[in-house]
Amino acid sequence: MIELEVNGTSHRINVDPATPLLYVLRDDLDLHAAKFGCGLGQCGSCTVLVDDKPVFACITPIAALAGRMITTVEGLGTREAPGIVQQAFAEEQAAQCGYCIPGMMARAEALLRRTTSPSEAEMRAAMRPVLCRCGTHMRILRAVRRAAAMRGGGVTDAAEPVR
Amino acid sequence: MLFGRDAEQRYNRKSFLRMKVLRSGWLRWLVIVLALLLFAFLLFLVWAHRPPIAEITPPPRTAFAAAEIRRGENLARIGNCVSCHQSAHGRPFAGGYGVQSPFGTIYGTNITPDAQTGIGRWSLEAFTRSMREGVSRDGRHLYPAFPYTHYTLVSDADLRALYAYFMTRDPVRAEAPVNELPLPLKFRPFIAGWKLLFFEPDRFRRDPDQSAEWNRGAYLGEGLAHCSACHSPRNWLGAEQRSEAYNGGWSAGWYAPPLNETSPAVRAWTARRLQSYLRTGLSVHHAAAAGPMGPVTHNLARADEADVRALSSYYAWWMRDAPASNREPPLADRSETARRAHPAGAALFAGACATCHEPGATMMALGGRPALPLGSPLHERHPHDTIQIILNGLQPPVDEAGPFMPAYRDILTDRQVAQLVAYLRTRYGSGPEWPDLVEEVTEARENSAP
Ligand code: FES
Ligand code: FES
Repeated sequence: MIELEVNGTSHRINVDPATPLLYVLRDDLDLHAAKFGCGLGQCGSCTVLVDDKPVFACITPIAALAGRMITTVEGLGTREAPGIVQQAFAEEQAAQCGYCIPGMMARAEALLRRTTSPSEAEMRAAMRPVLCRCGTHMRILRAVRRAAAMRGGGVTDAAEPVR
Repeated sequence: MLFGRDAEQRYNRKSFLRMKVLRSGWLRWLVIVLALLLFAFLLFLVWAHRPPIAEITPPPRTAFAAAEIRRGENLARIGNCVSCHQSAHGRPFAGGYGVQSPFGTIYGTNITPDAQTGIGRWSLEAFTRSMREGVSRDGRHLYPAFPYTHYTLVSDADLRALYAYFMTRDPVRAEAPVNELPLPLKFRPFIAGWKLLFFEPDRFRRDPDQSAEWNRGAYLGEGLAHCSACHSPRNWLGAEQRSEAYNGGWSAGWYAPPLNETSPAVRAWTARRLQSYLRTGLSVHHAAAAGPMGPVTHNLARADEADVRALSSYYAWWMRDAPASNREPPLADRSETARRAHPAGAALFAGACATCHEPGATMMALGGRPALPLGSPLHERHPHDTIQIILNGLQPPVDEAGPFMPAYRDILTDRQVAQLVAYLRTRYGSGPEWPDLVEEVTEARENSAP
């Protein structure tokens, strides 16, 4: 039995401690934002936050998570009251198929929790571990710049202004 | 009366005082010793002094022949110059990378031809002196983090080519950060003392008993490539211990394993295998290049193939008496023993590592990924490489499409990394259990914080 704190709620989970967090989120907790892409820590579509840091949920065994704070995209806001990152992504229409987007949002959220005024290079480096097969990158980067501005900061040497 | 009364009196009082000081025993000695020390120090300063070399007007690109520049480019890749002369988000050769030494951090300087902040006003003579004697154009002694102890072996022609290459890069205005060193070490004349103890300007001498390829490998490896700067231990003053050449050393918190008969590799490092490792960043018989070795292979992959072959045969020669060159042992997989000894580590491995690293895993079927026990880290004397790879992952060393391993620093706590490392050592490694793993992980995490 392992106690997991997800989006501020505590859950007691009874599965093999080696089980990756992604399976527990999707299969046991009905949180479907984080996606299974590769299962190998290579694509980032499963990214969630653990203690404010972005991690690949597919290679994070729940054995590692007792007493730590997990946040998924569901925890960033609701359809009625979206969080800043979610709003920014919607306003920039930053999605094609959308499969990578929860991972992208988790990355963006982690970056902005660390700093609301990253440099362009810092922002790109932070987003890099999540792959997007649709080529939505330019919109995604716009969304992150917008989210940074909405949080009272802004990308310091932005490659494009926020409109 | 020549001085007048006042002056005479003053004179007398002064000489009286002086006499008293000199007569009272220990005080006299103190003055004498201090005077001698001061004199010795002044002599030292005179001896340590190097004159500046006159500034030049930055030469135009056209002053250098294209073939010369190309040659210099190859040499700069072999020398891995860019690793220290470029910061994480900076421009190539504009400096700013911090070399961690036991004494503090020393920053690579700007070696683009910018007139103000780079080497734009350096003549070939000034460049040559810096490479061969570790003295800056303005006469300042350079810290041996800049490996002139190796570059002193480089030939005139190669120095000319390197000069041509650097003087034709795009000039970048960038001031290198100030070195973070304790105050006494900021006093550069002391470096002259260090050089007196540990440095001798020299030139490469070929060994007539060895092949031309061996000699080329030795010239490059001992000179520009300065492999032993990381792969040899250093003494407490930071000088390489020549008597223990290639016995393993340290670089940025990574252990650079031995390249001699004490190599911990479980598969022989033949010249062919070294060549493919250095050219692709991956040896299917060993592992992928990790840590500071990644950029080395990135550059060697773009260097002259024959030169890399020469380096390979030279270092295969150094490792010719290593255990694996004699007999390649069967690979260990003590999964049951390891699981019983380290159950927490076993659960973490199953959830965090097995999808890629368990024998038969999907990832292992991709492009010849070597099995975990083939790499040196789990067989090394120190746990640092295993810890570093888990904490910081692996960037594709040579091409974007190369092997990538995610970093686990935000996934696992220090204790969990330690449990995993202990499990891996027991399951696949050789040698005794590593002590104090949690502390080692904590330290490695702090020192490698992004
Ligand atoms: S599914 Fe986790 S990284 Fe691809
Ligand atoms: S929007 Fe389709 S993968 Fe990114």
